[in-house]
Amino acid sequence: MPQIRVDDLSKTYRVAEREAGAMGAVKGLFRRRHRTVEALKHISFCLDEGELLGFIGPNGAGKSTTIKILSGILIPTAGICEVGGLTPWKDRIAHVARIGVVFGQRTQLWWDLPVIESFELLRDIYRMPEASFRRSRDQMVGLLRIEHLLDTPVRQLSLGQRMRCEIAAAMLHSPRILFLDEPTIGLDATSKLAVRDFVKVLNRDQGVTVILTTHDMHDIEALAKRVIVIGNGVVLRDASLEAMRAEIVGERRLVVDFAEDVAALSMEGVAVIAREGRTQTLAFDPRQIAPHRLISRITAAHEVEDLHLEEPPIEEVVARFYALHGADEA
Amino acid sequence: MEAALAVPKSRLMAPYLAVLRARFLLVLQYRAAAAAGFATQAWFGVVSIMVLAGFYHGAAHPPLSLAQAIGYVWLGQGLLVLLPWNADPEVSEMVVSGAVVYERLRPLDTYFYWYVRALAWTLARVLPRAVPMFVLAGPVLSLAGFGAWGLPPPAGFAAFALFAASIGLTLLLSATMTLLINVVVVASQTSRGANSLAPAIVNLFSGLIVPLPLFPAWAHLFLFLQPFAGLSDIPFRIYVGQLSGAGAFAGIAIQAFWVVALAVLGRRRLNQAMDRLRVQGG
Repeated sequence: MPQIRVDDLSKTYRVAEREAGAMGAVKGLFRRRHRTVEALKHISFCLDEGELLGFIGPNGAGKSTTIKILSGILIPTAGICEVGGLTPWKDRIAHVARIGVVFGQRTQLWWDLPVIESFELLRDIYRMPEASFRRSRDQMVGLLRIEHLLDTPVRQLSLGQRMRCEIAAAMLHSPRILFLDEPTIGLDATSKLAVRDFVKVLNRDQGVTVILTTHDMHDIEALAKRVIVIGNGVVLRDASLEAMRAEIVGERRLVVDFAEDVAALSMEGVAVIAREGRTQTLAFDPRQIAPHRLISRITAAHEVEDLHLEEPPIEEVVARFYALHGADEA
Repeated sequence: MEAALAVPKSRLMAPYLAVLRARFLLVLQYRAAAAAGFATQAWFGVVSIMVLAGFYHGAAHPPLSLAQAIGYVWLGQGLLVLLPWNADPEVSEMVVSGAVVYERLRPLDTYFYWYVRALAWTLARVLPRAVPMFVLAGPVLSLAGFGAWGLPPPAGFAAFALFAASIGLTLLLSATMTLLINVVVVASQTSRGANSLAPAIVNLFSGLIVPLPLFPAWAHLFLFLQPFAGLSDIPFRIYVGQLSGAGAFAGIAIQAFWVVALAVLGRRRLNQAMDRLRVQGG
């Protein structure tokens, strides 16, 4: 049985509107107009224990809404959602004790308190026994390298430092499921790597199930084997990253450093897209010409110093995917 | 400056008028606040007139002696922040910033979680204000020779013990009302409406502006039974000895009743508001 089951989940909001201008404002005193916004439309997916799922999609696609429903914060309009056998919003208190959640754009630490005091408050809120709290705290502090930050008030931390502390805070009560909503937003390269390493260790060594939303495709490349693309409230694709890449972009690239000056190659099904000194970048469709065959044809004809295959940047893949499905933000 | 002066005269005020108009039309939308403000102010005017008339008419036997009234006023001044004037600012901030989502991630009953927060918040502000105020109004004024205008000691040992119990209930009652204001903040996603409405009601019905015994006699029963009396009128009257014996016990029972009733109501309303919670963006 899957650990997380989402079946035909929908969420609609009613938004009050008023007409522009003075007459609109006066009308609004007597009658309110409402518009219905469909944030999620019949979303379904399952997740097994220990999986790491990447959730991507343009702004407003419904990623955060899904996370908030899975977390028990929002109630869906229709559909089924079960996490570890519980319905999040019905069994909220039991459910939230078993999950960890980080919202990259908000803070759960007490702004004026030193980090360690926030941790101690969480210990009491989650009713953790002292011994298991210490064990968990020491482990998190070590993995996220935040020992030196513990006595600093949260307001004085940099965003990167704070995010590492936020993630530690979310994992203190040793949940088996972790939801990360844009955990790397606005972080510098070092902090991003620290966050990714941590998530990787947690998932691989401790078998924690992770759902991650992000706009940073490097997060996805580094972490997620499975990706769900969501756009306008609909699941557009639920597949492995490789499968998505292959489907969207047939194109691969081969970068060749020739040992001598060589004129731009001309071969059937191969295009030279860049030429710099003795280096040429070739674009080809692997379904037309297999990479190993292309390489042997080139090395048979020319002296080659070095070559490597490249895939189109993931950002490009995703942008094309959004465009293809009309998922770009309206 | 030169550039600004070069603008044709007819356009000079345009931005200000546009802002004025836009803001006017926006604020016009807060119809509940407008209606409530109107109603309170109308009620206020009527009541003030009636109180004054009643007071002058029956001045032979004032329901509260001058000394008692003075004690009542000092207690009110010292314990002012014990009253629920506005929503818990921490909660207001979280609702506006969206951090309220984390509150729902705690394995706690959100009502009681916020309730204890409100208690702590209130108590932490009451103590550093009340203690100096009572020292000033009690012994200091007395030693300075103004004893008649100061806070008299409690009417007796029994009065003091009952006052202690009653003021404890006041703290609990005040927190249930803070929580009700929090509910309005959660439901309306802004703290402005609730924070401007609450003081108007609290001021009048708690007896802080005019001690409740000074209202006309026909209103006494209603004023005694309504929840805001428990915020100051009941404990203060017990302290000055105007309410004693069975009356004092009745007052304390009324306070206890409202603590439970408002907590039940507040908890249900908060859960409903949370069920309809909307959080924008990430």
